[in-house]
Formats: sequence, C-alpha cells, structure tokens
Amino acid sequence: MAEFIAALRGVTVDLAGRAPLGPIDLTVARGEILALVGASGAGKSTTLRLLAGLQTASAGELTRAAGVGRTGFVFQSPTLTPWADALSNVALPLELAGVSRSQARDRAAAALAAVGLSDRLNAPPSQLSGGMAMRAALARALVTAPDLLLLDEPFAALDSVTRRRLIEDLHALWATAAPRPAVVFVTHDVEEAVYLAQRVVVLDAASGRPVADLPTPGAPPRPDRWRADPAFRQTVEAVVDALEAAMAPQADTAA
Amino acid sequence: MRRLADLAPPLLLTALLLAAWETACRLADLPVYVLPPPSAVALALVEAGPRLAASAWITFGMAVQALILAGLIGGGLALAVSLHPGAERAVRPLAVALQVTPVVAVAPLVLIWAGLDHADRAVVALAALVAFFPLFSGVLTGLKSADPDLERLFDLYGATPLQRLWRLRLPSAVPFALEGLRVAAGLAVIGAVVAEFVSGSGATQGLAWRLLEAGNRLRTAEMLAGVLCLTVLGLVLNAAVALTARFLLRR
Repeated sequence: MAEFIAALRGVTVDLAGRAPLGPIDLTVARGEILALVGASGAGKSTTLRLLAGLQTASAGELTRAAGVGRTGFVFQSPTLTPWADALSNVALPLELAGVSRSQARDRAAAALAAVGLSDRLNAPPSQLSGGMAMRAALARALVTAPDLLLLDEPFAALDSVTRRRLIEDLHALWATAAPRPAVVFVTHDVEEAVYLAQRVVVLDAASGRPVADLPTPGAPPRPDRWRADPAFRQTVEAVVDALEAAMAPQADTAA
Repeated sequence: MRRLADLAPPLLLTALLLAAWETACRLADLPVYVLPPPSAVALALVEAGPRLAASAWITFGMAVQALILAGLIGGGLALAVSLHPGAERAVRPLAVALQVTPVVAVAPLVLIWAGLDHADRAVVALAALVAFFPLFSGVLTGLKSADPDLERLFDLYGATPLQRLWRLRLPSAVPFALEGLRVAAGLAVIGAVVAEFVSGSGATQGLAWRLLEAGNRLRTAEMLAGVLCLTVLGLVLNAAVALTARFLLRR
C-alpha cells in the first residue's frame, strides 16, 4: 500500500431516520484521484464528511497521515457568500486561519487566476455564471494548498460542456500542484468518474460500504478523445456492472 | 411611461371613491360632524396643517425612538440567544407571550410605571413593546439562516465563534432583520397611537392626542385629517425602511 493521506477503518455512522452506515473501510493514497460512486442515499456525502472530519462516527476511526495540512472541500453548490466579492470569498479560509489580510488577498488572487478568473476578482457572486461560481469555489478549496481535496458532486448542476471544461481544469490544477493533493470526487455519473479518476470505488446502496474498487487504465490528465477509447468504454461498463450489483436487493443473511 | 401606467389605476380608484363620497354627503345632506365631505377634510387639513404637522413630528420621533430601543433590545437578545442552543427554547415562549398580549391592555400599567408626568416615556416603551417581536424574531431567524454547507466550511477551517458570527451569521441575518424592521415600523406607529390614546389628552401632544381633542369638539373633518396624517406617517416610515433595505442589499 502506498503512503496514505487519510483512512477510515471500520467506521459506522448513525444517521437520523435510516439504517446506520458502515462499517466503512477506505484508504486514500497521497496524491491520487479517487472517484466515489453509488446510488442516491448510499452515503457518498457522508463518507466525504467523514474524511473531512465534519461527521462524527459512532464507531471506528479516521486516520490522517502525520504532519497533514488542511483539507479543501467543494460542495454541490458553490456556496459563495453573496455579500462578499470573489476575492474575499476565496481569501476566507486563509483569513479564518489567521493569515494577514493583504497576504490572504494576494494568495486568493493567485488562486482565482489559476482557475481563469483573474478578471473577476471583484465580481459579486450574483454576477458570476454557474461555471464561474464553481471555479471560484474550487479556488477557495485550493487556496490553502490542501493535501486532500474533497468534492461532493460539484459539477452536477452544470451543462455538459462546462462540466467537461471544469474537469479538464481540475486535472490541470491537480497535475501542476506541488505536491499533488489527493482528490476524492463524489459523483453519480459513471463516465465522469472513470474519466476523472485513477480508481473508482463503488459504495453499497444500503450500507455505504465500499464493495468494488476498480482501477482505471492510463493516468490523468487524459485527452478528451479518450472517452471514445475502448478501454474507457470497458471500464465504464465494469463500473456500471458493479453499481448494479451494489443496488440489488440484499439476501436476508439473518434468516 | 411605465410608472404612469402603474400609478393610473390606484389614482383613478381613489378619485372615484372621493367623488362618490363627496356626492353622497351632498345628496344625503349629512351633518358635517357625522361625515364631512372630502372637501371639508381637505380644508381642515390646510387649516389645522401647522399643528397637525407639529404633532406628526412628535409621534414620528417617539416611533423612531421606539424602533431604536426595540432594535437594540430585540436584536441584542436574538444575538445572545443564538449563541446558546438551549436559550432559544427558554426565551421564545416568553417573546410570543409578549407578542400576543394586547398592547391596549398593558398600556395603563406602563403608564403607571413610567409615571403620569412622563407619558412620552410610556408611549415610547409601549411602541417598543409591539415593535420588539418582529425584530427579535427576524434577527434570530436570520442568524440561523446561513447555508448549512457554509456552516460546514467554517467548521472545516476551525473558525472561532466570533469569526462565525461576524463573517457568516450576521451578514446572513441582514435581509431578515430588515424585513423585521419593516413590520416593526408599522407596528411602532400603531403602538404609539394606542399609548397616546390611553394616556389621555395633553399628556403627550402627538397625533393621537390631536384626534382625541378634535373628537371632543366634534371636529370630525379635523379627525379625518389627523387619520390621513397617520397614514402618511406610516407610509413614510415604511418607505424609509424600504430605501435602507435597497441600499444595504444592492449586491
């Protein structure tokens, strides 16, 4: 096993109004891109929150590699604060951490430039398109130079062209970062998962446990035309098969 | 052009109603002390204009003082309550009790506590009492209205309670606080008028006192002119709040 950045070991979670999730065992290696797929309610978001330390587990443990820095998180919607411009939104994590205002703003401006928004520093979120707002959210997650970047279906609400561009940009940001952050990307789009990630983990629909762990051929960043490659198609089919198996009604083992 | 088209229907309806009123008064030959025609009200408005304006200014001043008082107490209490999860459960029933108690019933008590020589204080206190709830409730709802994912973001970066309040919850509360202020402004005028009525003639010299005085002398036209002034006062306060809101929420 390569050096890990975060690991869940035997973690179970009690959630109101449903059967408990787990036990979940999941290891995230340093610098890898991991996609989490599963049915709605399979606990994809909960698993991300566990990795971020935002969800309390009722049993088991979360381990983060020693000397680990910060975690970046991108939610389903951009969640920019409407009362502050793009620059202030991106500077927020640094300012909360006590970085001086001018230094935070310099670094935020650089992060916004890296996602192609250098001409929108002072735009209020209401004047950003859906894609731009998501880019700003990505810049905010990356401004602290995290070693773990968690994304919870961030591009689901965007049109397919914008979504592909953002995935290209995410690959580029990941490839140029030094050191590369580990990326955990939640999606229900299997093609997106296979194209984006180095491995795809399928969660069981009922328990949220990882039930399949499929490596993808080649390495990101990938050319756009890779989506037409037979190897891509085969991997997509394999993941779809695993998803279907994970959704099948479970045999009553207690009987 | 659009504005004119928007304004025409209400103006037309008002003109029609006034014309019908005027005609009815003349045809039915009603005594002026029962129902004066609009022309007599207009005349009274001009004649009593200076003293009505002076009284309106007094009522306005008391309503604004009440709003500031209610804002400080209601907003401050909402802030304190929002910092402690259990506190809301303790405070909210009391706040609701305060809201449902008729202000007319409390007015004589407050007048006694304020001292009969300080009826103006009683008026401000009573107007603040009715303006309190929408401000408290608005600010409290607003403080809790922040996007849960943003709350998580603040958790993720280990924000201190003060950072969370200043950079997330207070800005989130602004639209709700302004809506509360809009409701409270209307209620403050009502509270001030009720309190003045209860305190009786001469104790304060606001618009309600002018109404009482004109009523005692059967100057019905002047009473109606006073009511008109109160309506305008309410509209002015409402517009002032709406302008403030538009200025603050430009983004």
